[in-house]
Amino acid sequence: MSEQSMPLSWRTETKPHKFCPGCGHGLVLKALGMAVDRLKIAERVLFGCDIGCSLLSWDFFNLDTVQTHHGRTVPFIVGAKRARPHLVGIAYMGDGGGYAIGVQHLVNATMRNERILVIIVNNTTYAMTGGQMAPTSLLGQKTETTPGGREPDQEGFPLRGPEMIASFAPEGAYVARGSVSQVQRLSRYLERGLENQLRDRGISVIEALSTCPTNWRTNAVDTWKYLEKEMTDYYPLGELVSPWKKNKAEEEVVRL
Amino acid sequence: MINQPVTQEEKLLTRSLEGEKRAFMYGNEVVVWAALAAGAEFLFGYPITPQNEVMHYWSRLAPRYGRGFLQTEDELSAGFAVLGGIMAGARCFSATAGPGTVLFQEPLSMAEMMRIPMVLVVQQRGGPSTATVIYSQQEVFLTIFGGNGEGLRVVYSPGSHQEMYDLTIKAFATAWEYRFPTLVLGDGYQAKMREPVTLYDPREKGIDLKPTFPMVGLKGVPGVDREPAHWRNAFSVEEELYEVLKPIIDDFHRAAPSLSEKEEGFLEGVELIVVAHGIVGRSVRSAVRELREKDIPVGFFRPITLRPFPDKDIKNVLTACSRLLVVESAQGQLAKLIRIAIGGELEHSLKMYTYFRPGLGITAEEVVQEARAILNGEREKDASVALL
Repeated sequence: MSEQSMPLSWRTETKPHKFCPGCGHGLVLKALGMAVDRLKIAERVLFGCDIGCSLLSWDFFNLDTVQTHHGRTVPFIVGAKRARPHLVGIAYMGDGGGYAIGVQHLVNATMRNERILVIIVNNTTYAMTGGQMAPTSLLGQKTETTPGGREPDQEGFPLRGPEMIASFAPEGAYVARGSVSQVQRLSRYLERGLENQLRDRGISVIEALSTCPTNWRTNAVDTWKYLEKEMTDYYPLGELVSPWKKNKAEEEVVRL
Repeated sequence: MINQPVTQEEKLLTRSLEGEKRAFMYGNEVVVWAALAAGAEFLFGYPITPQNEVMHYWSRLAPRYGRGFLQTEDELSAGFAVLGGIMAGARCFSATAGPGTVLFQEPLSMAEMMRIPMVLVVQQRGGPSTATVIYSQQEVFLTIFGGNGEGLRVVYSPGSHQEMYDLTIKAFATAWEYRFPTLVLGDGYQAKMREPVTLYDPREKGIDLKPTFPMVGLKGVPGVDREPAHWRNAFSVEEELYEVLKPIIDDFHRAAPSLSEKEEGFLEGVELIVVAHGIVGRSVRSAVRELREKDIPVGFFRPITLRPFPDKDIKNVLTACSRLLVVESAQGQLAKLIRIAIGGELEHSLKMYTYFRPGLGITAEEVVQEARAILNGEREKDASVALL
């Protein structure tokens, strides 16, 4: 099976998946599925999903999966990983879970360099609850709770999560931002994030820029334009912290 | 004498204790020895007074017995890390108090929904708000009904260090047998007080500590060799939730009669029953003994499990005696549980006197005085109309 079709680690019985048409979650989970396939680690993976749209991934994979509470996926996976270090822990959440209600967990797990992979899907909104402002909503973005558009005086500036994490990421951490507009690249980032955990080097925090046409109220063209232009301008793609960057030989092996 | 450990589980259960050991120690230290003896593998905790010494002793003893410890960023993360560790197959626990017990409601409710055998020790402090770091019995309702749900938990209320040891071990046994979150409801006095206790290996006493079981990270490639383990707590429609929840509620009610425990005494010819739980139960027991020595017909009843409440037992006791005095370091939390347990019919034929001291300790002398006043007819205008 080529990487372009359904990843082996996907559960065919639960496809087509439950996300809205045009939602980016399916693409992030495809990128993750391909990374898990390439590393052949399905037996060791513990996939934890948050509450919000990410909760719909609870039966998405042929991977042992636990749906936790809103913002609590990081400490849940930390507990499992600490207790059973042979597991490969993945904490999957949205920007609300990662950067608002659960940000203390993200910050402290990074400080402790927990050997887990944290994936934060940034679609600039609280989608499951009906399109409220997220920490990541762009300036001027109209949401249900910023009907006049996000104002920096009132609601502050959008949070650049990976940059925040990178500012204090310890030795061995891996921090990157990918996008569902570049699935292969995102998948390589995720593979590196998993690889980093397999090598017991440190935490991996990967943000995936994603789409929400339902709440953005955009058509296909405008959805993609918002993702590739507005969002990517404010949230630049790339690896912010990478143990591979210090080692030329390894850089060759996993070429992006 | 020394058997080589065969499994990780076996290793954990073997080395902490051999035979019985008499000790003189703090309540928080008792909790740690009980958890070690029960084979607890990991403590995830966050500092809050008066339970801090649980973490202090555990972090020193854990490496010696191959156990794990992590100080987390808050009680939410402590609770969810406990859940993650348990689902991965390790016997994990935590301890907290006051505002920490509030934050623990979130992981406790997930444990109720997903049948995760979580053990939490609560050393009550004053409330509401930050209040005092010292003592109260004000976390009764919080430990029982604090979550968004139905209070599907087991709550033990120990009345001595020996019971703190026995019931903490039992909490692990109960949690892993019945798969409901199980709490040990102590208090700051018990946590910080020293008294004698006999430590033992629970297996030598025939206590069945069920083996742990991983709910994830199972053997074989998921989707190839076996079905993947998929666990959820969110449901799409009301009927879907009801279908999942109903059997859990039924299981809880089925288990309740075999879980509930109580202590009672001096019930012969009794004219006033004094009811208290936890450390207040000690004052009550002493008071009742003292009154009986003077031939004053007073007895006592002490629920050891606050959830499930020993409702049949208290009904039996109150059928024979129509007056009861409820004594607690809270404004009627135990009294409300009693009212629920005895139901409407019995309530109308009873006179309930109350002695509520929210956040204050209660001595045997106070109980003696109060019981005498009731029996002398000095409390008639307060009976049954106490502010609950």
